[in-house]
Amino acid sequence: MRYIPHTEADVAAMLGAIGLRSLDDLVAHIPAALRRQATLDVPNGLGEADVTARLAALAAKNRVAPSLLCFAGAGAYPHFIPSVVDHVILRSEFSTAYTPYQPEVSQGTLQATFEFQTLIASLCGLEVANASMYDGSTATAEAVLMAKRLAPKAGRVLVAASLPPQYREVVRTYLEGLGGLESEEVPFGADGRVDLAALERRLTPAPAAVVVGYPNFFGVIEDLQAIAAKTTAAGTLLVTVTPEAMALGLLRPPGALGADIAVGEGQSFGIPLSFGGPYLGLFATRERFVRSMPGRLVGETVDEQGRRGYVLTLATREQHIRRERATSNICTNQSLCALAATVFLALAGRRGLRELAERNARKARHALRCLRERAGAELVFSAPFFNEFAVCLPNARVRYERAFERGVLAGVPLGQWFPALEDALLVCATEVHSADDIDRLAEALVE
Amino acid sequence: MSGADESRGLSLDELPLFERGSGGRRGYTLPLLAERERDAESLPAELCRDDLDDFPELSEMEVLRHFLRLSQWNFSAATNFYPLGSCTMKYNPVLNEKIARLSGFAELHPLTPTPAAQGALELMARLEALLAEVSGMDAVSLQPAAGAHGELAGMKMIRAHHVSRGSPRRKVLIPQSAHGTNPASSALCGYGVVPVASNDEGMIDPAAVAPLVDAETAAIMVTNPNTLGLFEKDIVRIAGAVHEKGGLVYFDGANMNALLGVAKPGHMGADVLQFNLHKTFSTPHGGGGPGAGPVAVKRVLADYLPVPRVVRGDAGYHLSDDFPKSIGRIRAFFGNFGMLVRAYAYMISLGGDGMRWATQMAILNANYVRKRLEGVLELAYDGPCLHECVFSDSKLEPLGIETLDLAKRLLDYGFYAPTIYFPLIVSGAIMIEPTESETRETLDEFIAAVEAIVGEAREHPERVKSAPHRTRVSRLDEVRAARQPKLRWRKASIE
Repeated sequence: MRYIPHTEADVAAMLGAIGLRSLDDLVAHIPAALRRQATLDVPNGLGEADVTARLAALAAKNRVAPSLLCFAGAGAYPHFIPSVVDHVILRSEFSTAYTPYQPEVSQGTLQATFEFQTLIASLCGLEVANASMYDGSTATAEAVLMAKRLAPKAGRVLVAASLPPQYREVVRTYLEGLGGLESEEVPFGADGRVDLAALERRLTPAPAAVVVGYPNFFGVIEDLQAIAAKTTAAGTLLVTVTPEAMALGLLRPPGALGADIAVGEGQSFGIPLSFGGPYLGLFATRERFVRSMPGRLVGETVDEQGRRGYVLTLATREQHIRRERATSNICTNQSLCALAATVFLALAGRRGLRELAERNARKARHALRCLRERAGAELVFSAPFFNEFAVCLPNARVRYERAFERGVLAGVPLGQWFPALEDALLVCATEVHSADDIDRLAEALVE
Repeated sequence: MSGADESRGLSLDELPLFERGSGGRRGYTLPLLAERERDAESLPAELCRDDLDDFPELSEMEVLRHFLRLSQWNFSAATNFYPLGSCTMKYNPVLNEKIARLSGFAELHPLTPTPAAQGALELMARLEALLAEVSGMDAVSLQPAAGAHGELAGMKMIRAHHVSRGSPRRKVLIPQSAHGTNPASSALCGYGVVPVASNDEGMIDPAAVAPLVDAETAAIMVTNPNTLGLFEKDIVRIAGAVHEKGGLVYFDGANMNALLGVAKPGHMGADVLQFNLHKTFSTPHGGGGPGAGPVAVKRVLADYLPVPRVVRGDAGYHLSDDFPKSIGRIRAFFGNFGMLVRAYAYMISLGGDGMRWATQMAILNANYVRKRLEGVLELAYDGPCLHECVFSDSKLEPLGIETLDLAKRLLDYGFYAPTIYFPLIVSGAIMIEPTESETRETLDEFIAAVEAIVGEAREHPERVKSAPHRTRVSRLDEVRAARQPKLRWRKASIE
């Protein structure tokens, strides 16, 4: 086996040093009944060429662009990934290091993570961000659990029905069995935003938190200021969830509009679609809540010569110290994905990220215009959207299927989660879609 | 921090991103726009932010150089022996990086209709079958994103099982030697934790477990081999005692690298276990993730597995949510798919024969280190180990040095430190896991370094106590980091 160096001579010499005669002697203390049944019914190993051929054959059974042009978003977005991102995360010094427990020989990971925390906190308009969570959905669930710690007496949490359906399901799974916190939905209005009157009615007694999308699952930009005015008056925490982090390059930061915790999905920052993972959970909050925060944190400090350096810090919140009283059970997170995002954001930079986000907004408006003019589509919700929008068109499901046959993934049918939106598709357009691609989308959806 | 400095040549200083660059520089060029889309509007100004405070302005090469220099400050499994116990820092084949980047995997949207995602679903089904086979379990879900996430899914399933029989029960038994994630995951499922003491052989004593088990015991969480690297020889009896009272057995699979082809958890009484694909199955650790933590169950828990599940029907594979007893969804989409691709490539590269060989060589390497070091350091518990060995600090103390000092001095010799001060039941624990990837020559060098450091401690203890000396930074002030948290860069932090 090419990954394992031991020769027969090595094995014999090492067994001799241990004082054993055979490899079986090494495991003789494991009960024989267990050893007898341990045979692996797995074919023998393969060389690199055979492994490559088999996996290339599997990969070829999946259809991606240009064979299938993707306009699906709904929590995972096609974006361009600059070459430098992959070049950096392929560096074995980053990719094959462990969590930086020995800071003196992990300054690379630590400084990059500190930079990540800074960039995400700045994007969110909040003071602190952690080193990452698994994805946007689990970051949302962890935000709800954090709200429960901050408001232990509140019995409910209000979750917008316009949050990604899968995120709502994950929150439900995390809360199940914990006791003391029921999740209650807040409906959306005809404009696609949280129904403010319905929200107001549910704010007494005060819930632990109100959780809203920004933009929400329909790509719609909530009126955060109006929502924050109500949560502040009720004395409850406001949690924003951003499934498409690219939006934060353009939108007013949630922290500046009243969010106490801002979470999101950072996949758009240099991380491939990869059939749903690994992605990048973003988590930011106010400084005064930091000790209730889940996840790892990197802090700046100095070494014995007074030189600047970085360490994992505030670990007394975490499972390896606090065990059953930890703020979360998270240990391994998504560090290399956080590095990819840091490289991506550094490349885009102060002006580039804004322009890129703006390009997304314009592309989506151009796509909407084409769908209206050529496919007879109508916008479902009237409120402003970012790079994703819901359109209604007669026989949407049939047209979606036909577009698929024509090599276009024409968004995502919304009826699978919202029966009232059976004739609606959720379509996203980003900087990767050329004008020709968008023409192909519109033509594929023509009745 | 500016100005010429001739001392920076070997370990180049690298300022934070935010202290570099110049207004107007950029490292990204947008794609071209066609004439017909130029007039499309952006968002109304009142919805837009003023600025991206603190964001850098850098050219592409500045960004590249910044991160390449940072990379050079890391030890990694590819560049250094990384004997970090409990973390299985084996070789991460570079082939698997290439495979995960094939466009058919990397560019596949998770909501692609299943007829266009058959390769991905087939890979998942095949990986599930392989994991079930090596563990002796009946069904697998690939959804959990990491080991602790797998524990959470597993404990939720145990809870759902008990609820279906009338009561969730109240407590979970956890050995004192367990990973911290075990009690944290139990607490997240609403359970109280009952610690189980280890006996003087470092094992769980069935006689100590039996009196703790009653009708309120939901489960026991066991790690086998345990965190001392020792096989729990009474595992079958312990599982039997818990099963007898209607409780279930959660098997922490973090140490599966000791078991492939040697013994299967499914035969030891495990009802559910998580795999850490980033340990046993060689997906890179990434400096702290992404990992993947699939869960495997026996039939008794199969109905409770998270949704969606991969199902094979007449028209090929599809994903189904139609499992009414499921604990539900534990994350968006279907797991850390890119890591699943790497783990599958690893498993078919090794095959059944290679996996067993890997386990045998991992055990051989650990026992070789144990035997060669047992005269230098004090073994926490005598007897053969499996994939890792644990020493205490009792021979270091008289020399006036601590476990931490040994760990830091090893960095000067070019070795990452073992896991230290864990498990908690060993004074000043030093936990060494060499893995099967390392040559005998590397182990000999490591052993020689430990011997040299112990020698130094006799002659020049200060040299050891003030280590490391050859790293980019010396010991860092962790107390200051925690007392005056500085968790992001700020303009004021320029010195």
